[in-house]
Amino acid sequence: MSSAMYERMRANPKFQELVARRGRFAWTLAIVVLTMFYGFVMVVAFNPTALGQPVSEGSMLTVGVAVELFMFIFFWSLTAVYVKRANSEFDALTQEIVKEAWKENK
Amino acid sequence: MRRLTQLGSALCLFAVAALAFAGGPLEGVTEKQATNWHAIIMFCLFVCMTMGITYWASSRTKSTADFYTAGGGITGFQNGLAIAGDYMSAATLLGLTAMVYGQGYDGYIYMLAFFAGWPIILFLMAERLRNLGKFTFSDITAYRLDQGKVRTMAAISSLTVVCFYLIAQMVGAGQLIKLLFGLEYNVAIFAVGILMMVYVTFGGMVATTWVQIIKACMLLAGGTLVMFLAFSQFGFSFQTLLEKATAVHKLGPKLMYPGSLLADPVTAISLGLGLMFGTAGLPHILMRFFTVTDAKEARKSVLYASGFVAYFFNVIFIMGLCGIIIVGQNPEFFEGGTLGGKMIGGGNMVAMHLSKAVGGDMLLGFLAAVAFATILAVVSGLALAGASAISHDLYARVIKKGTASEASEIRVSKIATICLGFVAIILGILFEKQNIAFMVGLAFGVAAAANFPVLILSMYWKGLTTRGALFGGYGGLVSAVLFVLFSKSVWVDVLGNKAALFPYTQPALFAMPIAFLLAYIMSKTDSSVRAGKEIEAFEDQYVRAQTGYGAASASSH
Repeated sequence: MSSAMYERMRANPKFQELVARRGRFAWTLAIVVLTMFYGFVMVVAFNPTALGQPVSEGSMLTVGVAVELFMFIFFWSLTAVYVKRANSEFDALTQEIVKEAWKENK
Repeated sequence: MRRLTQLGSALCLFAVAALAFAGGPLEGVTEKQATNWHAIIMFCLFVCMTMGITYWASSRTKSTADFYTAGGGITGFQNGLAIAGDYMSAATLLGLTAMVYGQGYDGYIYMLAFFAGWPIILFLMAERLRNLGKFTFSDITAYRLDQGKVRTMAAISSLTVVCFYLIAQMVGAGQLIKLLFGLEYNVAIFAVGILMMVYVTFGGMVATTWVQIIKACMLLAGGTLVMFLAFSQFGFSFQTLLEKATAVHKLGPKLMYPGSLLADPVTAISLGLGLMFGTAGLPHILMRFFTVTDAKEARKSVLYASGFVAYFFNVIFIMGLCGIIIVGQNPEFFEGGTLGGKMIGGGNMVAMHLSKAVGGDMLLGFLAAVAFATILAVVSGLALAGASAISHDLYARVIKKGTASEASEIRVSKIATICLGFVAIILGILFEKQNIAFMVGLAFGVAAAANFPVLILSMYWKGLTTRGALFGGYGGLVSAVLFVLFSKSVWVDVLGNKAALFPYTQPALFAMPIAFLLAYIMSKTDSSVRAGKEIEAFEDQYVRAQTGYGAASASSH
């Protein structure tokens, strides 16, 4: 029975739309995080002195600390953005897909 | 039920009594301190409170779903706290503070690597985990593959990760408690092992979750208080703090440069990969995704968990920097009173000395109790993950092929918990004098190379077949273990050989590609009928992963 349900859901154009939209959004965010993080690791590995420079003359705050603090906050903000959109827009779309598959069932 | 309570309270009394009466002669690797009554009283309060919760939880733990996943009834916020509790072990609090104290900025880089896995878990894994899984992550890898073989493989690698992690936690617990509470090493090991067995066998996931939540709150509160008191001595000015720290630290201005820990690029990248994808392959963390009602709550749990983890890492960074001045410049904390000499209790005690310096014995006692509670909570989470691999995967699905009754499955998981408890105690005693620094790294390495590749491929790649999964899983497991065995940290430091056979200490960069490649090649060349059916079955799995239709739901109570 559930296999038939899955079949109907897959045939629903809204399902394709959900998969495409959510996939694009999730992968974009993941690539942003991966690029920034591994970019940072590369700088640590190949140009460590750049991270030890002060952000401005006379300041004790270094570029490295500032960049990392920014990444902590930025990555967390991205999780918040994803959760907000997934829990409203994508979940609503998912419910529609399941509901429509049920209706066809009857 | 009454017998259960009596046994619970008897064990509780035993633990308290054991804690109070131990006070033998000084011996062992780390020297024992005077019995710390503040810490013991506060820890006993924690134990009493969690025992009360375990008693309450035992009345609500009837089905297998209750035992493994608290009936799927945990909210996103509670689960977020519990995940943070699972993730922030005593090694995080003590080890990372000490790393910042000793190496400065390197410690902060480690913390970012520990954190960066969380957004990736959310974007690519959280909702599929929740939609496909029921009790263990093998539910997902074995979803459309051969149940017996794939679950056996997943259970073996889960248990390997759990055992390495347990050794690290148990030995750490023994050393720490000897120092902080002034108790015998073996007493500490038994106390941790027995309390863990009580929590998990009687209270299952409900009790384990609440132990995690309480401990996470204590850790966040304790860390914040110490940071606040210490930072206030510098007028909450990062500028002043760094000026003073670089002035007195032996590294001088180099303190804020990436340093020796990540000297070569291969180690840096391999460590980054291992920490990031290891997090996404730890069985006790993955299991937490099945305790919430649906994908919506699963996403929220990652949001809260990563928020707490990010916040706490920054607290630890400040604590470590403050420690450089407050602890590093106070002869009271060094053996023989010589600054820069051997720190009393070893290098990992910076956080503890700092709490004593800024808040006296009371705060030290509190933080010591938090550290003990932390170990207890992490060990309980590990034991539950290990026990469910044995009872749900090996017993119910592989041996009984799905015909086991719920009651017998729960019985097996309780027996497995008790066995794991004794294994943990024995391993803790065996490894007392060993250098166990590589254990956590090994656990993450195996998780990243054996669990993660097969898990992510089974969710994303249609072409994965049983043969590919088995080769990928076992290949990752064996290569990760061998790379660590032949590296400097085991081959030279533990086994006493002259030169390491494998030049790097971090296995992930090498073991992960092996796992992925084996899984890919062995699936692609698999032309059996069975493989064809498995590939076909991906379609239904894919719709379920995306929509959550047919996902295991919360039980009603």
